[in-house]
Amino acid sequence: MFAVVQFPGSNDDRDARFALKSVLGVACELVWHQRAELPAGTQAVLLPGGFSYGDYLRCGAMAQYSPIMAAVKRFAEAGGPVLGVCNGFQVLCESGLLPGVLVRNHHLHFVCDFVYVRVENAAPVFTSRARPGQVLRLPIKHGEGAYVAPPEQLAELERSGQVVLRYCEPDGRVTSAANPNGAAANIAGVRNLRGNVFGLMPHPEHAVEPSIGGTDGLVLLGSLVDAVGRRGAGA
Amino acid sequence: MTRAPEPKVDLALALAHGLTPEEWRSILSILGRAPSYPELGIFSVMWSEHCSYKSSKKYLRRLPSQAEHVLQGPGENAGCVSIGDGLAVVFKIESHNHPSFIEPRQGAATGVGGILRDIFTMGARPIASLDSLRFGPLEDPKHRHLVHGVVDGIGGYGNSVGVATVGGETSFHECYRGNIVVNAFNLGLVREEGLFLAKAAGIGNPVLYVGSKTGRDGIHGASLLASAEFDETSDAKRPTVQVGDPFTEKCLIEACLEAMATGSIVGIQDMGAAGLTCSSFEMASNAGTGIDLDLDRVPQRESGMTPYELLLSESQERMLLVARAGEEARLAEIFHRWGLEAVVVGRVTGDGRMRIRFHGAEVVDIPVDPIAKSSPELDRPVREPAELRERQKLDLASVAPEADLPGALAALLDLPNLGSKAWIYRQYDQLVQGNTILGPGGDAALVRVKLEDGTPTQKGLALAVDCNPLWCWLDPYMGTLAAVAEAARNVACTGARPLALTNCLNFGNPEKPEIMWEFAEATRGLADAARALGTPVVSGNVSFYNETSGRAIHPTPTIAVVGLLEPWERHATSFFEAPGRAIVLLGRTREELGGSEWLALRRGLEAGHPPAVDLDHERRLAGLLHTAVAAGLVESAHDVSRGGLAVALARCAMAGPTRMGAEVTLSDSIRPDALLFGESTGRVIVTSARAEELLAQARAAGVPAARMGTTGGARLRIGPPEGSAWIDAALVELHSIWSRALPRRLEAA
Repeated sequence: MFAVVQFPGSNDDRDARFALKSVLGVACELVWHQRAELPAGTQAVLLPGGFSYGDYLRCGAMAQYSPIMAAVKRFAEAGGPVLGVCNGFQVLCESGLLPGVLVRNHHLHFVCDFVYVRVENAAPVFTSRARPGQVLRLPIKHGEGAYVAPPEQLAELERSGQVVLRYCEPDGRVTSAANPNGAAANIAGVRNLRGNVFGLMPHPEHAVEPSIGGTDGLVLLGSLVDAVGRRGAGA
Repeated sequence: MTRAPEPKVDLALALAHGLTPEEWRSILSILGRAPSYPELGIFSVMWSEHCSYKSSKKYLRRLPSQAEHVLQGPGENAGCVSIGDGLAVVFKIESHNHPSFIEPRQGAATGVGGILRDIFTMGARPIASLDSLRFGPLEDPKHRHLVHGVVDGIGGYGNSVGVATVGGETSFHECYRGNIVVNAFNLGLVREEGLFLAKAAGIGNPVLYVGSKTGRDGIHGASLLASAEFDETSDAKRPTVQVGDPFTEKCLIEACLEAMATGSIVGIQDMGAAGLTCSSFEMASNAGTGIDLDLDRVPQRESGMTPYELLLSESQERMLLVARAGEEARLAEIFHRWGLEAVVVGRVTGDGRMRIRFHGAEVVDIPVDPIAKSSPELDRPVREPAELRERQKLDLASVAPEADLPGALAALLDLPNLGSKAWIYRQYDQLVQGNTILGPGGDAALVRVKLEDGTPTQKGLALAVDCNPLWCWLDPYMGTLAAVAEAARNVACTGARPLALTNCLNFGNPEKPEIMWEFAEATRGLADAARALGTPVVSGNVSFYNETSGRAIHPTPTIAVVGLLEPWERHATSFFEAPGRAIVLLGRTREELGGSEWLALRRGLEAGHPPAVDLDHERRLAGLLHTAVAAGLVESAHDVSRGGLAVALARCAMAGPTRMGAEVTLSDSIRPDALLFGESTGRVIVTSARAEELLAQARAAGVPAARMGTTGGARLRIGPPEGSAWIDAALVELHSIWSRALPRRLEAA
């Protein structure tokens, strides 16, 4: 069962549920932020996009203190797969589950558009359906999506292969023109060292139907569904 | 803290509240005494132009609003139209012009917040927004600032509440230098049986206040800001602009929809213009009841607020609802869970009076209906502007023909009115809720209908908003016909069938007979077009006093049309996609250059009659598009509007995800500049892989249609049957000009 956490101000929670349940056909539940525990049988957690608690402070800064996040941390520490999309990525960074932080786009505007990202390093739980170097077309929609981290941490991320997605041209070249928000090294998504926590700014849940956003999001979400199946079978 | 004593209530104070001497006399006769200070405040907002529609009522009554599929026409928070299978859409467009000019970010944001509340108040989940924006010239740094602020405000609010902004329109003209236009549209989805109305029914039922606390913001927003002209002192009105909180609105949407599903709510109304006053009077009036209110129980975010302030505050994100007796606690629990206030502030009574207590004393005791229903109705004088005939004079023979056709196309594509609006709509979340089939940048947006439980349906909703204000200035009747026809045509370009429309009528000072004449003509056009196209007017809003220091905006009747496409998988896009397709022009190009962008830009003339509108042709054209798209005969369809055929062809060729050139031959025997840049109405450029069948269908439908070219390549070539091309341009160059039109002006220091 997939748990999609619902913070007050989450906007893409239902869309994530639609992608998982209606398109990928897996069980999925919305889980209210004030719950202290994840539902029994939770196999993966998705933190959705939106503006948790209004994000009037720093994006994701409030959400890390909600009761459910303590449970999500325990789940992640036990090796459970956790995916953070957009605001969910921001929450994961603020909670310390992922390194780095997301700051205001360099052009200072909110940006909604389709971008291309290249699958850089295998994160088996999240990219098993992708070829290395595969280019995905996914939408972004954020005002604070520029990934930053101290130079030594960035170097460490690169060394340990934790950079999962990078903004690129349609042909896969990583250029500054393809960087929609000023992210360091065009980083669009990173994972933790263990590989069970992954955050990204693009929205895979908005690219799951051929006529509505395309289907490249299924590469990422489908990989997670596969991984949960494998874990389930092994457990 | 000691409170300032209440001022003495007399005629002078009434006049300062924007009331007239006659209205003051009516108040005295209704009450049989002088009003209290809070009562005077109530009369002034309820009888303001903004709330009472006193200048426009007479005309609005003539608009067609009935049809079998119309479940709710004008008079409620928004109109409601059935889309079949027990589903309905609720929609409306509304202005927030004055606040947005004074404080662009908050003004625009609260405009979005207000229209969203109008929709979910009726039980519908908001699923798509549009906006229609008019600014002054971008050479003016003030207007660059306004564009930045308004776009940031719309995005900041709409993005945060999780409702996609899927389309809109923006144009620029000198006439908006002193008054911008910010019209926000929203559409929501509801089950027919789940529709809620603003009714305070059931004597003894509790009246609940839910949402945000009340502060001192926005007092007299409706009466002073929206119902008077601007002048040099307008900046001092900034405190009358409300401040929005989209996070609270998002929680309010979810809490209200959840609360409505319990069956415990009898009626509900949002606190918009004139806040607590307007909402309680409207609810009581609609149900023929009265309300007892206790102001001490109203949640307050500032201390020491007076009854006058509590009643007139326009603090955002608040609703008033009437619950079934005994269900208060159950409802309050839902709102508290979403972090919102929910307090019983009164009871429904049976005596038709509004009684309001404060600190134990009765501060208001007035009959409901004379205020809500017998508000003044004016029959203001109308007079055709003396210089109208002068405006309409245009002798084409004396207009020098365009000597540089490629140069004219490039210059037109660089105009802010015709250039790409991506700089604006990239700042809006166009995708949330996952239903956007066609987003901004095309003719109409197309949104898939998904049920509340997430089940997708075959229904698609096409939405478009349009108006050409210059045409309305040259001829308000014809200009309004054109606005309705264009919005319906845009909807039809997706393959959808236009269902109904909503409108926002933005005009100058109605006390001037010339402005009232424009309004009368525009509403006459609206009625005729809505009737002919079978699109009833189900909701709307009037914004007068868009005038500064005596200079009015052009008449700007913004029209939004909603259409239904089922199944939505069969739809047309607005750009060329495949090579080797036949390009067909539906409709006919006439030698019309009056009111065109070309004439204004290249000849410095804003004159002439706008292009004529043939409503019968428009109806046949929409029908043809609907059947031809459904039959798979049309792959793309794009209507020809501002900038004419050459600009429309360039858009088709360069605006899609992949650029696709075209070779076009035009054999009409009219002057080439009129052929390329004239703005004759009723024309649509379509592409087809089965052109012969399409031409046959068009003939059968009585729609003129002619094959004019073929898609392919990386250039746009337009020429006569013989001789050299008029235009032969690389798409990459056209695209570079068109896509930079806004950024190069707005990102300039």
